[in-house]
Amino acid sequence: MTYAVFILFTLMALCGGVLVVTQRNLVRAATALVLSLFGVAGLYVLLEAGFLAAVQVLVYIGAIAILIIFAIMLTRRMVQGDESGLNRQWGWALVSAVVMFALFCYVVVKAWPLALGAVSAPAVPADSTEALGLALLDWEQYVLPFEIASVLLLSAMVGAVVIAREKHDS
Amino acid sequence: MKDYELIGLLFIVGLALPVAAILAGSILGPRKPNRIKNDTYECGMETFGPTWVQFKVQYYLFALVFVVFDIELVFLFPFAAAFDKLPLYAVVETVVFILILAAALVYAWKRKALEWF
Amino acid sequence: MNGFDISNLFLSIGQVWTEWLLQLGLSAGWVSFVNKLAGAVLVTAFAVGTVVFTIVGERKLIGRIQDRLGPNRVGPFGLLQTVPDVLKLLTKEIITPANADKVLYSIAPMLAVASVILIWGVVPFANGVMGVDLDIGALYFVAVSSFGTLAILLAGWSSNNKYALVSAFRVVAQLISYEVPLVLSLLVPVLLAGTMSMNGIVQAQAQGWFVILAPISMLIFFISSTAEVGRSPFDLLEADSEIVAGYNIEYSGMRFAMFFLGEWIHAFTICGLTATLFFGGWRGPFVDQVPALGVIYFLVKMFAIYFVHIWIRTTMPRLRIDHLLDFNWKFLVPLSLVNLIVMSLAARLTGMPRADAALGELLPYWGVLLGVNVVLAAVTLYVLGVVGSRIRRRQEAAREPEPAVTGP
Repeated sequence: MTYAVFILFTLMALCGGVLVVTQRNLVRAATALVLSLFGVAGLYVLLEAGFLAAVQVLVYIGAIAILIIFAIMLTRRMVQGDESGLNRQWGWALVSAVVMFALFCYVVVKAWPLALGAVSAPAVPADSTEALGLALLDWEQYVLPFEIASVLLLSAMVGAVVIAREKHDS
Repeated sequence: MKDYELIGLLFIVGLALPVAAILAGSILGPRKPNRIKNDTYECGMETFGPTWVQFKVQYYLFALVFVVFDIELVFLFPFAAAFDKLPLYAVVETVVFILILAAALVYAWKRKALEWF
Repeated sequence: MNGFDISNLFLSIGQVWTEWLLQLGLSAGWVSFVNKLAGAVLVTAFAVGTVVFTIVGERKLIGRIQDRLGPNRVGPFGLLQTVPDVLKLLTKEIITPANADKVLYSIAPMLAVASVILIWGVVPFANGVMGVDLDIGALYFVAVSSFGTLAILLAGWSSNNKYALVSAFRVVAQLISYEVPLVLSLLVPVLLAGTMSMNGIVQAQAQGWFVILAPISMLIFFISSTAEVGRSPFDLLEADSEIVAGYNIEYSGMRFAMFFLGEWIHAFTICGLTATLFFGGWRGPFVDQVPALGVIYFLVKMFAIYFVHIWIRTTMPRLRIDHLLDFNWKFLVPLSLVNLIVMSLAARLTGMPRADAALGELLPYWGVLLGVNVVLAAVTLYVLGVVGSRIRRRQEAAREPEPAVTGP
């Protein structure tokens, strides 16, 4: 049963991913991306990471996907026209994709014995979100990353406003 | 995972309901398409030009500001869920976190990124 | 077999049902599956069934508020009005515009309905009587709401209609903007309860509803969730009395009805959520002795808030899009940020008492939180007054020279 659901979500993520790169219409590609992200959220649920799944839906489907669609509308003059999937940088894209894939293969192969041995991994705490909150704000654990995240968000906001205003003013 | 079985089923049922309703509607309703009827409805005017026109930058700015706040909210949820076990300094840390983002809001406000024009 | 406990009616029915299934010879795994499916169907049936009544009720009520009779032809007092309406919608032609993106065009209305039905999976009707008590309940309902935003964007884009697209963009700008104060104010009951589970939040209100401890959060939550539904005064996205219908202009028949079904379910859903988060949900007198009463308390609270929702809907004029966004980003968001900071500091500094603490221990805590809210409200109103009078003076100063121009 869990296996069937796993296959379903994996197919969702993979088919979505394939559709993203093969669809010529950009908004359709963005919708396929949503499907793919939803599949990943499903995989998080299977891994007992409900909080992460909800965050995946909230941030990626609820915010990033919408941002991408807005960006498409903003930058392309004719969204309905067929956009070729290839542009001048396809060679570099290919190289980086192959390198990434090799890297992932290396990590998976390296981690494989570990994964097999990790059947008796420690159980997920009953209230994992609470544990996350305590760890995030603990003096000795992740307070610095937590605060840096907010500085990062501040700089992201400043950068976005500067770039978008520049475009608007010119 | 156990908890989410019902959510998954609810999603399926929630999708099946409109599918059934639309199917019933398409069976019971007439189906007489013609060129005028299937044309784009823009108050009787003949439609001209492409629909998918370029939009103004303002929408994108609002979406960007929203994404920043959305990610902030994700960090605040674990804080709120663990609140009854947090010491005072942890709350102060979160207040600092919120204040830094309030600075982001003030910046966007001052640079007129929140104006609609 | 346990005795049938009438005081805990709904859980007892569930027990009897489960035992009956087990006697039929189903394995435990199948029984659990059947139970979950039954739960999903019941929750959906509740959402759709309630809409049938709220449509008539809302139309009657709006009619009365506007000094009309409202629907009064079909059945006693017009109570069966929805039946011919549904029949009419069923027999309408479902048109797919020739230029539409067919796949996305047909997916959008389904997503619009599914996203609001999903919310009901975590709303507690009585203690333990709910779809499923997720430990991330509050976050879950915010997350699934984003499917609704996506549905609107897809509907507007796939219709291939300029009006639909402009409307969809404006709606989405509105929805994502108001999500920020919605979640910021939602965090206050979560941190007061110390849990995101919806049932846990209701249980934490044993001694007092959160509306007493955090009235400002309640107001922000109610206002921004009204904006999320897109009802008046936030209904400029499909101001049906003024312009073409908005993002759903190209939809017809049952597909069109699905958007409305979604909106109507969403309307009382936010009232149910407000009741759960701030008004004690299923809590009420004797609910600990007779848990089944909780369903009645919850529904009464939900419909009382729904009444206010309709009242606002019929009373308030529509906002302009720039005013709407200004109201959100320059008033609600800063206020809810300050509110969250003040509430978390106040709750921590007074030292949150346990839920079963004695009244003498609780009163100072309540007093401090309520006092903080009152002070914050007073400061907010004062700042609003100062800023408002400054803007008014500037406008009057700008208007002054006009008569001189018309003079000789």
